Amino acid sequence: MDITLIWYLVPSLVMFCCGVYGFLTRRNMIAMLISLELMLNAVDINFVVFNRFLFPSSMEGWMFTLFGIAIAAAETALAIAIIINLFRVSKNIDVRDTTKMKN
Amino acid sequence: MESVGSTIGYWIIALAIVIFSVLTVTTRKILRAATYLLFVLFATAALYFKLDYEFLGSVQIAVYAGGIVVLFVFAILLTTHPGDNSERLASRKRVLGLVGGIAAAGACAWALCTRCTDMFTSLPAMSNPTMHRIGEAMLGTGYEQYLLPFEAVSVLLLACIIGGVVIARKR
Repeated sequence: MDITLIWYLVPSLVMFCCGVYGFLTRRNMIAMLISLELMLNAVDINFVVFNRFLFPSSMEGWMFTLFGIAIAAAETALAIAIIINLFRVSKNIDVRDTTKMKN
Repeated sequence: MESVGSTIGYWIIALAIVIFSVLTVTTRKILRAATYLLFVLFATAALYFKLDYEFLGSVQIAVYAGGIVVLFVFAILLTTHPGDNSERLASRKRVLGLVGGIAAAGACAWALCTRCTDMFTSLPAMSNPTMHRIGEAMLGTGYEQYLLPFEAVSVLLLACIIGGVVIARKR
């Protein structure tokens, strides 16, 4: 079996749609953040696959993925800091009940 | 044509990605969601290794699986009781999520179908990027070299460290 480009894009598409579903249905903020990570990861896979299959001599998609991973790490760390601070204020990290962030 | 072992490896990775992604967003215990996310990230790293990008696979394991998942687990243990189930979804909410997911899938599938000439490219031969080449690409200023984004990410990480400390410190 010849594994062509589309075979790598389909798992990444499924991962992205799971991320969208989770982001729309979850109410716990950390679970929403986990869904966001799924979406970012699917995008990273796409960059790498397009780079590898269509432009094997250059490294642009490779670099985008590297910077994407770094930015995802930074964003997650900061979001978790905010969530923990919010939990300290209101003892709750459900998005429906988060109507004020400062006590 | 790919060898049989390579094809089997591909199917294992693809099935792991699909199954664990679905489990991540459908399980009702949040600590399990984080664990399934870890498996998805490992499968992604395996995909990078399979596409001959060893450095990227190592970065994926070190940063995502080693750093971000640990942060998630600590945040979950600090904010929820790990044994608790999240409450059942209202059916309206689930329908909304399904519509959003399927709409995203449809848009992407349409894009894939209209660009179908590129979709059946076979894996071209490539020499793995050596550490020398990666270093030059990251720290050079010429064509296809990325010093400015590298420095921007450094400043971003510094800002992120300071912001995290300021936000999460005890008053």
